[in-house]
This record gives sequence, C-alpha cells and structure tokens, in this order.
Amino acid sequence: MSDHIVPIRTYFVIFMTLLIFTLITVGVALVDLGRFNVVVALAIAGIKATLVVLFFMHVRWSSPLTKIFIAASLFWLAILLGFTAADYISRAWTPLGLSW
Amino acid sequence: MSTVPVEPVVEAPRNYLNASYGVKSWLLTTDHKRIALLYLVTITILFFLGGAFAVMIRLELATPQGDLMTPDTYNKMFTLHGIIMVFFFLVPSIPATLGNFLVPMMIGARDMAFPRINLLSWYVLTIGAVISISAAVMGGVDTGWTFYTPYSTTYSNTYVTLMAVGIFIAGFSSILTGLNFIVTIHTMRAPGLTWFRMPLFIWSHYATAIIIMLGTPVIAITLLLVGAERTLKLGIFDPALGGDPILFQHLFWFYSHPAVYIMVLPAMGVVSELITCFSRKRIFGYSFVALSSVAIAILSFLVWGHHLFVSGQSVYAGMIFSLLSFMVAVPSAIKVFNWTATLYRGSISYDTPMLYAFGFIGLFTIGGLTGLFVATMAIDLHVHDTYFIIAHFHYIMVGGTVMAYMGGLHYWWPKMTGRMYPEGWAKFSALVLFVGFNLTFFPQFILGYLGMPRRYYAYPEEFQVLNVMSSAGATILGVGYLIPLVYLFWSMRYGERASSNPWGATSLEWQTPSPPPTENFTVTPVVTEEAYTYSHEAPEHV
Amino acid sequence: MSDTATVPALQEHVHGPLKHQFDDIAQQHEADTLGMWLFLATEVMFFGGMFTGYSIYRSQYHEAFAAASNHLDLLMGTINTGVLIGSSLTMAMAVHAAALGRRRALIICLIATMVLGCGFLGIKAYEYHHKFVENLVPGPNFHFEGNSARETEVFYSFYFAMTGLHAIHMIIGVGILAVLTFYAWWRGFHPQNKHIEITGLYWHFVDIVWIFLFPLLYLVGHHEK
Repeated sequence: MSDHIVPIRTYFVIFMTLLIFTLITVGVALVDLGRFNVVVALAIAGIKATLVVLFFMHVRWSSPLTKIFIAASLFWLAILLGFTAADYISRAWTPLGLSW
Repeated sequence: MSTVPVEPVVEAPRNYLNASYGVKSWLLTTDHKRIALLYLVTITILFFLGGAFAVMIRLELATPQGDLMTPDTYNKMFTLHGIIMVFFFLVPSIPATLGNFLVPMMIGARDMAFPRINLLSWYVLTIGAVISISAAVMGGVDTGWTFYTPYSTTYSNTYVTLMAVGIFIAGFSSILTGLNFIVTIHTMRAPGLTWFRMPLFIWSHYATAIIIMLGTPVIAITLLLVGAERTLKLGIFDPALGGDPILFQHLFWFYSHPAVYIMVLPAMGVVSELITCFSRKRIFGYSFVALSSVAIAILSFLVWGHHLFVSGQSVYAGMIFSLLSFMVAVPSAIKVFNWTATLYRGSISYDTPMLYAFGFIGLFTIGGLTGLFVATMAIDLHVHDTYFIIAHFHYIMVGGTVMAYMGGLHYWWPKMTGRMYPEGWAKFSALVLFVGFNLTFFPQFILGYLGMPRRYYAYPEEFQVLNVMSSAGATILGVGYLIPLVYLFWSMRYGERASSNPWGATSLEWQTPSPPPTENFTVTPVVTEEAYTYSHEAPEHV
Repeated sequence: MSDTATVPALQEHVHGPLKHQFDDIAQQHEADTLGMWLFLATEVMFFGGMFTGYSIYRSQYHEAFAAASNHLDLLMGTINTGVLIGSSLTMAMAVHAAALGRRRALIICLIATMVLGCGFLGIKAYEYHHKFVENLVPGPNFHFEGNSARETEVFYSFYFAMTGLHAIHMIIGVGILAVLTFYAWWRGFHPQNKHIEITGLYWHFVDIVWIFLFPLLYLVGHHEK
C-alpha cells in the first residue's frame, strides 16, 4: 500500500536518472533525426513521467484501483487525442471517388 | 397556550431536519441530506429562471413575424435558456439532489467521503450561477449555449467571458460531486454490499461520475481558452492566425455530448428503482442493466463527432463517429428492454412516481430513436440545425431527465421531508406534464423535418400552426411544473406523515426513519441479499 | 521545534483524527488517496485539452512551430527542468520524513520544495519578461521576423497558455506547501500527516506536466536550426 517506506537512496537514484534523461533529451534535440526527434523526445518524457509516477508517487506500491484510475485517465486522453487527430489526418484524403 | 384544538404535540424524533435550526445550521452544514436540499432549492430557482427564457422564446414564435423582441434579444433569450438549463439545471439536477441525498443512504454510509467538499460544491455552483446570472442581467450572451468560435471569440460584443467564467466555476461543482460519488461508492459501502448487490441507482451514479470526472475538465479548459482569446488576445481558435474553429467544436463536444449522459444516466438509475418497486419484481437482467451504465459512460466519449457532420470535419471521421453513435444505442436499448421485461407479469401499481417512469420510457425511446436518425450522416445533412434537433434533444433532456427527476422527487419525497405529497394532484400534474410536453415538442419534429431552422426569431407563415401548437403546449407544460411546486411546498407542512417505508421498497434508504436521523442509520446495516428482492405483493398503503 | 517532544502525541495523532463518516483510519486514508488520484485524473484531461490543440496545430504548422520554438531560451528551460525535478525529490523526501514522523526533516524538505518551486517560477518570469521585450507575446504588438508569422503567434499563444496554466498550478502548490509548513512548524505536526502525502501527489503531477511541456515547447525544432 501507499504506507510503504521507500529508502531515501532510491529517491536519489531516481532523481539522478531523471536529470540524466533531461540532458539526453536536450542532446538528442540538437541532432537531426528528422521526424524521429519528436518520437525520441516524447519517449524520453514518457520514461521520465513513468519513473516519477512509479517511485515518487509510490504507484509501484499502490493498490490496483489507483493503477486503474491512472490507466483510465490515460485511455480517455488517448480518446481525445486520437479521435480529434483522426479528423485532421483524414481531412486531406481524397473524397470518395463518386462523380455525378 | 392556544385554545384552538391542534394535533397532540408529539415529541418529534430527532432527524436531520430538526437536529438544529437557523440559517447558519443550513449554510454551514456538512450533512449530505441537507446539502441535497440546498441544491434542490437552488436548481429549482434556476429551473424556473431558465423556463422564463423559454417562455420568451415561445411567445416570440407564436407569430411568424418578429414582433415581440429584436433579433438580438431573441438570440440572448435562447442562449440564456440553453446555458441555464444545461449547465445549471440539467447537469446538477438528479446527481446533486437525489444523488447527494441517496448515494450514502443506499450504500449504508453515514455521509459522503468528503462532506466539506460536498458543501463546497454547492457554494461553487451557487457562485457560478450568480456570475452567470450577472452576465445575463448586465446584457446577456448571444452566442448560443455552444459558444462556437470564431463568433464567441472575435465578434460577439456580449458578456461571453463573464458567462464562460460562470460555467467554468460551475464545472468545478460537478467535478467535486463526481469525485465524492466515486470515492464514496468505492470505500464506504456497508458490510455485505458487494458491487453486484448495489441498487442500480448507485451504478448509474457511478457511471455518471466517470463522465463528469473525465469530461468536465475538457470543457473547462476550452472555455478558459475562449476567455483567454477574448481578453488576452491569444490566438488559439482564430482563423485569421491559422487557428481552427473546428478544433473548438471537437473540444466542446468532447464534453458536451457525454454531458447528455450526465443528464440521462442518473435518470435511468431513478427509473430502475421506480420500475422494480411499483411492479414488485426483481429487475430483469440486473448485471446487464448495471454494466450497460458503464458501457454508456465509455461509449458516450466516442461519438462527439456526430455534432460536426456539416462543420467541415473529415468525411471519414464522420463515418466512424456515425457508426459509433449507433453503438451507443445498444446499451440504452438494453435498459429499455429490461425495464419492459421487468414490468411483464409484475403487479403494477400506478402511483405518481410510476407514471413518471412510464413517461420516461416512452419519451426517452422517442428521443433515442430520433437520435439514430440524426446520427445518420445523410439525414443529419437535412435536419442539422433545424427544429428536428431541438425536438430530439428535448425528448431526451426534458422528456427523459426531467420526467425521471420529477418521478424520483415524488418517490423519495416522503424520505426527504417525512411527508406524503397529495396523490391526486400529483397524478393530475404528471398527466398535464406528459400532454404539455408532447404538444410542445412533437410539432417541432415536423417543423424541423419541413425545414424550419433553429435559432431564428421569425419564420414563414406556413409554419405558424405547428408553432402555435408548440407554444400552447409550452403553456400547459409550464402549468404542469407549477402545480407540483405548489403542492410539494404545501405538503411539507400539511402533508400526511410518511412511514419509514411507504412504498414497501427494499433498498437501504427505506430501512431508516423518514426523515432519517443525521447519520442516516442508528446501526450500520448489513446487507445479506441482492437488490430488489421484491415478492409479488403490493405494498400495504398507508 | 524538537523532534522528541511530540513523539507520544505523534503516536496518537500520527494519522490525524478520524472523521465521523468513516469506520476506521484505513478507510479514511484510502478515501483521501483515492480522492487525490481522481482529482489528478481530471487534471490529466484538463491539460489534455491543450495538449490536443497543440498537437493538432504542430502537425499542421510544423515549420512555423519549429521556428517559433527556436526563439525560446533552451538553457533556461533545461535549468528549470532540473530545478523542478529537484523540487520533486525534496517533496518525496518530505513525504518520507512525514511517514517516519521526523518533524525537523519534514520542515526542511517542505521549505526546500517551496524554494525550488519559487526558483522555477522566477526563471519562468524572467523568460516571460524576455518574450515581452522581444514582442513575442500574442496580441496587437506581436512581431515575428520571418515567414509564417501568423502561425508562430499560434505557437506563442499555446506557449503562454500552457506554461501559464502550469505556473498557476505551481503557485497553488507553493501556497498549499506554505500552509502545511505552517502547521508542521507552529501547530505541531499532528493531523496533517496524510495531507503531506496527498500534496506530494499533486506536486509530482505538476512536475510531470512540465516533463512533457519541456520537449514539446523547447525542443520541437532545434535540430532544424
């Protein structure tokens, strides 16, 4: 449960990892990877966020219900992003090839 | 003291109403039952305020010419009607009053998980309402309740920002209520009350709370951005800068379509309670009805694009949204069929709440089926922005939600006040409401199909007959709402005293006195069986 | 403020008083924690609305957004990211101290968190000031040298809306921390134990928002410079 006491050392390890990832993401941004720059940047942000959630926010030791809530909010965010994007992506597609 | 013969003074047992007196004991209460009553007063006032704007609309539309008010005034009338009814009446209606009162009681808890936050949510709603009403008084808003950009961000010279602030604040009230529901239902159920023993009212409120929690923040940020665009001159939706007004519509309807289910899911919960109680039967297919609420909560977020069929949304996205909109009809239909199956061979009694429940099922079905019409892209092209849409969503929101709200109010009135309402008057007004409602809104289906657009203050002569019918119906509808206002007030003092369980119902709130004591139960109840264990016997009427 | 004097009282109050609506402390704690997580779920959607808008526009006006992004101060942004991560560390340590009942450590960690939070806000204010000077604030005075000035204004609209809203969350967070510090320092540290953990969740969430804002706003176009 959330009453789990995490050793301070763990926090410092996570902290250093987060700082290193920050430097990596800045470094990668200066290199031209084409469209993969965004992918890498977001992937690193995702890893950092996951570390914060799991260790700083103790979710690693939390109840399944907490995890479900987190998953649900991310799922709904994906709905919002995905369906809106679906409109914009398909707008430029050629209309159905019917001519009358 | 007095020589007039009065009822013998019996020491009233301590209950939540007489536990303490004075304005302060109400304004600082953390008792969920008192907060429910505070909400009841507030939203009743707001309902009649919103109704007043509807009166103005129907008066103007009684004649084809625009003779009662200027077009600008008319625009403000329908905008204010929509905003007040949607954000300040329908969204809080059942959850904040009946839900607030009943959720802890039905699960055998002493109060909500966060009583002070519960009180806060009422204050937040009130503050939001005051701000919005001030915006209305200062000069109103003319964008329609939908605040479509770029009109709302760039062109409208009315009090859009202030109104947006009011709605933004009221949104927090919803969020706090929803948060309270979810936490309460998760953590505070009585011993033995497993998820599949809960009354369906609780399931539907849980599903509603999911929508509230995940949808409301999006409308909040959207209105915030509209306000920022107006005041700080940010360019988020401004086409002059390359911004996209359709993006606003996506974000707006991401909340506002599920919001319809915020209104109707609690209504479905009420109807499940009424149908089982007044047909003395277990609900048919309990787990289907329960889980269909959750299914609706999820599916409701996948359909918002059907509001954008003619807005410039991609045709392909439109097709997907259309398909998903049909899917949301499935869980709704499951509920309607299961209620019908519950009625089958039940011993049905026609008390007022049951009349409202019947009204709900019929009207909701019409509203839902016409929803399938408008979810079809080709038909929507024809009826979009016409009175067909107006009629469709009023059948859901008024025919559905308000009917169930009235039914629930009557059903739980004895529990809330300790008094019975006058049955004869109540049946009469239920009938008046049903007739008035249909007379008001059915002609609008025809009007819309014939091509009368919404939000116009004048119309061609050939539409007058149907419009006069609608206005006449609105008058009857108004009377139908005023009669209960009078007799419910009256019954609070003069109504027959209610027993603890006048309907012979099975859920926990009836196993405690009417009105209940402050902490609901003197002994924490223990639940040993499933919901709705009705035997086939009619209740002994008091 | 001695650590030892409060120990007996601490045992009694370590979890704060039991509110009347709950049966036991475990139930109350579960409800409190759940409530905060639910609130954070609403926050995900709240910021999510803006992230959606940003993503849509970025995919449409890729070059304009890259050009506009290159006018942001990458060094300051990176430093700020470090500062905020540091504040998350001190916040986590505050929760740790609270769980162990170490009042002095708790107060030090809370103050450190506030200092780092204010440091972040100070650097942010400095950046905002620069944007004002460079006429990169959306509105009538907006001026951007180069192509597609219109779309860059959209970028800066999002920049200010997103970082502004984030900053407001930071300010609220610092305010809550100040109250908690006050309680821990002057009133003795009894009933607020769980409050520190819950505030910690909020603080870390705000940190996570920045973890995404930083690459999206500062790093989108740097390789194209």
